[in-house]
Amino acid sequence: MKSLLDTEFSDSNIVIAKADDLMNWARLSSLWQLGFGLACCAIEMMATSASHRDFDRFGVIPRNTPRQADVIIISGTVTLKMATRIKRLYEQIPDPKYIISMGSCANCGGPYWEHGYHVLKGVDRVIPVDVYVPGCPPRPEALLEGLLKLQEKIRNESLRKRIA
Amino acid sequence: MKKPEEVFEILKNKFPEAVLELHSEQPVEPIITIEPLKINEIGLFLRDEEDLEFDSLMVLSGVDDANGEKDSDDEGTEIIKGGTLSVYYHLHSIKNKHKVTLRVSVTKDQPEVESVEGIWKTANWHEREAFDMIGIKFLHHPNLTRILMPYDWPEGSHPLRKDYKNPEFYLGMKVPY
Ligand code: SF4
Repeated sequence: MKSLLDTEFSDSNIVIAKADDLMNWARLSSLWQLGFGLACCAIEMMATSASHRDFDRFGVIPRNTPRQADVIIISGTVTLKMATRIKRLYEQIPDPKYIISMGSCANCGGPYWEHGYHVLKGVDRVIPVDVYVPGCPPRPEALLEGLLKLQEKIRNESLRKRIA
Repeated sequence: MKKPEEVFEILKNKFPEAVLELHSEQPVEPIITIEPLKINEIGLFLRDEEDLEFDSLMVLSGVDDANGEKDSDDEGTEIIKGGTLSVYYHLHSIKNKHKVTLRVSVTKDQPEVESVEGIWKTANWHEREAFDMIGIKFLHHPNLTRILMPYDWPEGSHPLRKDYKNPEFYLGMKVPY
């Protein structure tokens, strides 16, 4: 069967779609990620980007500036000192922006929940999180699943009303 | 190559006031205790004296000795009274291939130790860490500021002290779970 791009349309290559669908499709297929790792979980995130799991096939490319990024993967322990920086980075990302919280540390403080005097017990205390990926660390497959969940969420957004 | 016992003899003869004791029943290696305000003189001697030449400070660590008395305040919460803080210096001579361990102890009320930053540059960040985590004040240190915790962390709050209490909020962020 021919794919969509190979199909010839009768008159001058016109595709008709809903604006919502088109925008959502474009957004969810090019989620540029802020290149940003915090602790041990960052190693798994890097493994996800490497050739075995190939994050790039979902359109996830690390960007070095928040101005060009769409999603932050909070991959690791958020210390109180770092939390203020994360908040600033988040504010520098243009809308629409998404957050994946990766690993127990970013979700709720992880192994530092009781005696971690320096750890913020969950990144959702400073920025809004879209998808939580549990694990310490989550396997790359789990992070991929988290990304698919985020794509699912974006697919149901509407230009008129953002589903937060 | 000199044993710690021999180093102790040399030091004791040279500085009878400042060198206190040799604790040799340690599990790993003997420890020489020193007067906290004399550690810089002794350090300089250990570094420059021929046949000693301790040219490398392997590590400097601050320790809360956890020997204070447990007590409770009016509301019944547990507090720790008194007790001492210590600084350990692990020295190594690359040339003579010998090692020695020094210790100074200070009270919690007046935790003042002379800095050895002028003798071994390594000490600069190690002393800042001991200050940050335990709250030991190193006199004549060129830049005794926090190194791990944020600069605006509450003054006098040193997380590795046994009587440390977490603040409820930091910059509007809730700290406890
Ligand atoms: S969740 Fe586990 S693996 Fe991830 S940053 Fe925390 S301690 Fe490291």
